[in-house]
Amino acid sequence: MSMTFEKLKEIREETLNRMNLRGFPSDKPNAPYRWSVAICMETSCMSSKSPQIKQRLLDLIVRDGKENEIEVVGTGCFGLCEAGPIVIVRPGDTFYYRLDVEDIDRIYESHLLGGEPVRDLIYPESITDDGYLSYFEIPFMAHQERVALRSSGHIDPEDIREYIALGGYEALYKALVEMTPDDVIDVITESGLRGRGGGGFITGRKWRATQASPGDEKFIICNADEGEPGAFMDRSILEGDPHSVIEAMTIAGYAIGSDQGYVYVRAEYPIAVERLEKAIGQANDLGLLGANIFGTGFSFNLEIRLGAGAFVCGETTALAASIEGRRGMPRSRPPYSADKGLWGKPTMINNVETFANVPYIILNGAEAFKKVGTENSPGTKVLALSGKIKNVGLVEIPMGTTLRQLVEEIGGGIPNGKAFKAVQTGGPSGGCIGPELLDTPIDFDRLAEIGSMMGPGGMIVLDEDVCAVDVARFYMDFIVDESCGKCTPCREGTKRMLEILIDITEGRGDETSIPRLERLARTTELASLCGLGQTAANPILSTLKSFRDEYEAHIKEKRCPAGVCKALTNNLTKDD
Amino acid sequence: MIKLTINGQKIAAEDGMSILDAALAHGIEIPALCHDPDLKPESSCRLCLVEVDGRPWPRVACGTPVRDGMVVETNTPEIREIRRDILQLLLDNHPNDCLTCQKAGECLLQKYAYEYGVTFRTHEGARRGGERARFTDTSSPYILRDESKCILCGKCISTCAELNERSVLSFAGRGFETKVAADRDETLEASTCVSCGRCVAVCPVGALIDRRVREKKIRPWEADRQTIQCKACEYGCEYEVLEKGSERVIRPLSPSEGRPLCLKGRLFVEAEVSSELRTPYKKEETEKGRKFVRTTWIEALELDGILDRIAHTESESDK
Repeated sequence: MSMTFEKLKEIREETLNRMNLRGFPSDKPNAPYRWSVAICMETSCMSSKSPQIKQRLLDLIVRDGKENEIEVVGTGCFGLCEAGPIVIVRPGDTFYYRLDVEDIDRIYESHLLGGEPVRDLIYPESITDDGYLSYFEIPFMAHQERVALRSSGHIDPEDIREYIALGGYEALYKALVEMTPDDVIDVITESGLRGRGGGGFITGRKWRATQASPGDEKFIICNADEGEPGAFMDRSILEGDPHSVIEAMTIAGYAIGSDQGYVYVRAEYPIAVERLEKAIGQANDLGLLGANIFGTGFSFNLEIRLGAGAFVCGETTALAASIEGRRGMPRSRPPYSADKGLWGKPTMINNVETFANVPYIILNGAEAFKKVGTENSPGTKVLALSGKIKNVGLVEIPMGTTLRQLVEEIGGGIPNGKAFKAVQTGGPSGGCIGPELLDTPIDFDRLAEIGSMMGPGGMIVLDEDVCAVDVARFYMDFIVDESCGKCTPCREGTKRMLEILIDITEGRGDETSIPRLERLARTTELASLCGLGQTAANPILSTLKSFRDEYEAHIKEKRCPAGVCKALTNNLTKDD
Repeated sequence: MIKLTINGQKIAAEDGMSILDAALAHGIEIPALCHDPDLKPESSCRLCLVEVDGRPWPRVACGTPVRDGMVVETNTPEIREIRRDILQLLLDNHPNDCLTCQKAGECLLQKYAYEYGVTFRTHEGARRGGERARFTDTSSPYILRDESKCILCGKCISTCAELNERSVLSFAGRGFETKVAADRDETLEASTCVSCGRCVAVCPVGALIDRRVREKKIRPWEADRQTIQCKACEYGCEYEVLEKGSERVIRPLSPSEGRPLCLKGRLFVEAEVSSELRTPYKKEETEKGRKFVRTTWIEALELDGILDRIAHTESESDK
């Protein structure tokens, strides 16, 4: 069908009217629901049986004929994955956590039928003297600001109408009908949006370069090959709000003059792939993708390409090679993707989260976007907080939030009374940030200044029980597995660094170990072909910077201060 | 035209040229293992790193186009140190076999190791291919393939892929386990390799060797060398004649564009100039897969039809 603005508004109002319990006021609420129950249907909650909980609740509702009183919505991620499976009952946003399937019976009987929340199933930190805090008021959510995740948790990601109800595809209409491609690029540039994949390149500049590059055929690629340990930001966005990415890619297509997009997503994300497929199908059915969108003559086709599990395919030239069906190996740049990308044509590649910000910027303007964040890193950043931290989960914070706020306030600190040791940012390309640097604001430039990097957003918290050398070994092991093998320094150098680290952790380190590591690190950094190799030594360099004494204890005293390295446990002196 | 400065020398270069090609055109040598004038740059060996405009991040000369006003230094102490480290990484994963290696004397790894003073050293670390690397692929009578000596420059793969119908070689595995594989990691005999020798001609080290030259124990520096053209077809691919004492052998030399090299051509040149006519082999599809089988020179050069016809005509005219 062909879509018009009137039809879009019609869908919006129609749908919004039945969503009023979810905190979106509408003029003419027509839903007779008394309760709206949101159940997280994201990978993490699904693995702890949220689908079974949803099924059980639906069965109860059907048994009693309460279909018109209770709404059940499978939503995207709420964030506090550690408390999953998460069920939120509205109105009130009452937060039930870590439910077993049979718990839903009690919630149904007591809360939904009787109006009495089930206190012992409610997240303890949301219980106050005079009632229950909304999910959005708990300490975990305190510093958060949701832009990229704006719809996640509120809508059913498998229903395009709910996305439209929250203003979805209006940015696309605005771009196509009211703005020229240049206008679109100008707004994105003015907003200061930077690549959320970790590089932090100014997004508008990338769009401009691809637009300016001559060629009658151009491509838009969404890089959803999220692969570093501890990262699940892109997965959550695709699972919780796939249309935000589809809409943004279509806008990007209009801006740079492309009618074909690809989402390159890893095959290890089956739920994200399924939702994305469904979403693309729905967008095509409504005429929001495909030919002649909004009757403007602009057409955009979107396809999914699955990655085969290589970390290096997140590198743009390797990613393009992989889509073309070739071995995913990076090539030397120039030429850049903006000039010669996919099949040698101008290609614009952005990360999932970068795209997810775009509709917001188009609809609300650059200024609104810049209100949040720091001067050089405006907006928010989605982070995957994990490791030795109380609140494991997905967070979205304004840029400039300090690591300390992230760890102590949002993250709720280190469990079991252990001491904080470091936070690992940027995955295998990043570094370990020790306690002395905890007041660093999270933004692209400040993290780079202290020798780490923003990276895509995985933040792994380490406590005193973690051995710094072992952490470096873990990441180097990952890199050695993931190096494509093309260039000498990465292929050979990372293997040698890993061998030295293994030697140190197994008591075979000697006085040459650290100098050899440092030399190899330098060569790999300076001489490698792509970012994977150039940053491969960061986990070593950063742990050497903050925890050199630990390396030395392993080497000189044959002792692992954290008591992690098994070969050295005979020499354990900690706490004895 | 583009004007740039390399090592203080002002030179002119064409737009689109790489720093490496511009330097070479002016007699400035930059070490490179994966560069070949006839192939697209791989930029994988990283030996041709140079300093550009005084910036601390070196760039590969083979993959960086020249720019007006560019100032390039190819031989600073920092650059030499990086090259030394790269060579050391390669030697640490390379058998110490130069004494008996067929490639000695023209091996680029040997040349640069000498130039940069990098030596083999003993260590406990891993080696390419592990156990498997002790075995050389001797399945082909024409090409010896020694995985343990491969430096993964990728030139053999590129040159093989220049001809769509060949494309036998490709990278397999990844990281430290990366290797060059024939088809689905088969021996050269079992693969679809046509023994053209393009890969041998571009290999910078002793990983791919012309077996028939090696069997005669002739290394290039001790031979008189001469380049000749194949007359088997109009392409006229280049072959090199190596002559030592009374022995004369040939090997494929130039697989440049439009000159594909082929086994028939090779045998043709062999028949024409080698000192001894040695048994030719051809590949046959059998029930057990592809096999090299002995053949006759007449069959190998596809002369049977012609000879029959000549014999027939001559016997007719004798009548």
